[in-house]
Amino acid sequence: MALANVFETPAPGFNFDNAGRNAALKGLFDGGQTPKPLKTGTTIAGVVFKDGVVLGADTRATSGEVVADKMCAKIHYISPNIYCCGAGTAADTEKTTDLLSSNLTIYSLNSGRNPRVVMAVNILQDMLYRYHGQIGANLILGGVDCTGNHLYTVGPYGSVNKVPYLSMGSGDLAALGILEDGFKPNLELEPAKELVRAAIQAGIMNDLGSGNNIDICVITKQGVDYIRPYRESQFKDKRKTKYKYPPGATPILTEKVVPLKLEVVQETVQQMETA
Amino acid sequence: IVPVAGFSPQGAYGVQDSLRSGFTSVKNELLPSHPLELSEKNFQLNQDKMNFSTLRNIQGLHAPLKLQMEYRAARQVIQRLPFLQSSNLALDTLRNSDESIGFEDVLNDPAHSEVMGEPHMMVEYKLGLL
Repeated sequence: MALANVFETPAPGFNFDNAGRNAALKGLFDGGQTPKPLKTGTTIAGVVFKDGVVLGADTRATSGEVVADKMCAKIHYISPNIYCCGAGTAADTEKTTDLLSSNLTIYSLNSGRNPRVVMAVNILQDMLYRYHGQIGANLILGGVDCTGNHLYTVGPYGSVNKVPYLSMGSGDLAALGILEDGFKPNLELEPAKELVRAAIQAGIMNDLGSGNNIDICVITKQGVDYIRPYRESQFKDKRKTKYKYPPGATPILTEKVVPLKLEVVQETVQQMETA
Repeated sequence: IVPVAGFSPQGAYGVQDSLRSGFTSVKNELLPSHPLELSEKNFQLNQDKMNFSTLRNIQGLHAPLKLQMEYRAARQVIQRLPFLQSSNLALDTLRNSDESIGFEDVLNDPAHSEVMGEPHMMVEYKLGLL
């Protein structure tokens, strides 16, 4: 309700005042011209190998039928030993992973320990279940902690799965086919990277919502190797002309200069103590 | 339980006060406009209820009673008047929400609220005189 004076200050958090108005507006436009949220219609994949976890993602972000971002970063930092790939609504994955990262940083500052992957998964699960799927974030969390190498997936309604290899996003079926065929327990680093790359490549080739480059993130006990881009797409277009206007392109028709008269009203000098 | 708009109108004789809260619409008031609206309004209360009942089952009746007394002290006794800003430090410490960050810290911060309350009206509303 748009009142100038309210009886109590609005509660912090989500505000549903405009939800009724938005529903009415959606009916008015006939479902044709409402602005669509930026989705990451993606292929993301993860594989647990001998020394850690490999996460991979494509880099296309779509808004309806238009590619909105050709080089979007889908692998988000959670903590020095945990990274998260996000599919779904881009803003939701960004914000949720940011909040998760802040929470884990507060925890590790308080306790002096590196956060564990299960803690990240629990925080995410509580947060996403609370909003009953309205936050569209399909996440793959991978990390190495004192208990080993872990790979989890969290769905938008709060479902959690712990698996050695998985893929999410609109291209997940294509990627999963490659992963099912090529996965073996205790892979070495190079075959694991190659498997993830092939899985994301399958998603890019067979799904319209995924495309452009492939990013890879390798997490081991020693550290993190975030390779962006791991493989660039061969179909990059070259701009034939520059679109910047050269100086002097717009002719000046008239020019009028008005000098501003400023007069000194008051002058105070304050000595700085430089002793 | 936090009341939903329309079920207890604020005007005299139990009728909606058009001057203060605008026109009424039965559909708007009977049904919440968003599936999350009711669950979010009551979320903190429901969490507290769940936690207190678990605590009662584990440690006995005294534990939730003592805690609720402290909550009441932090919320009603120490709390400022409704139109003054308060950092809620005591309440946050009791609830352990000073060590976690969520959407309620990022979105719709009361410090940056766009609407202002008139102090007299707010105090009268809080005391139930309005």
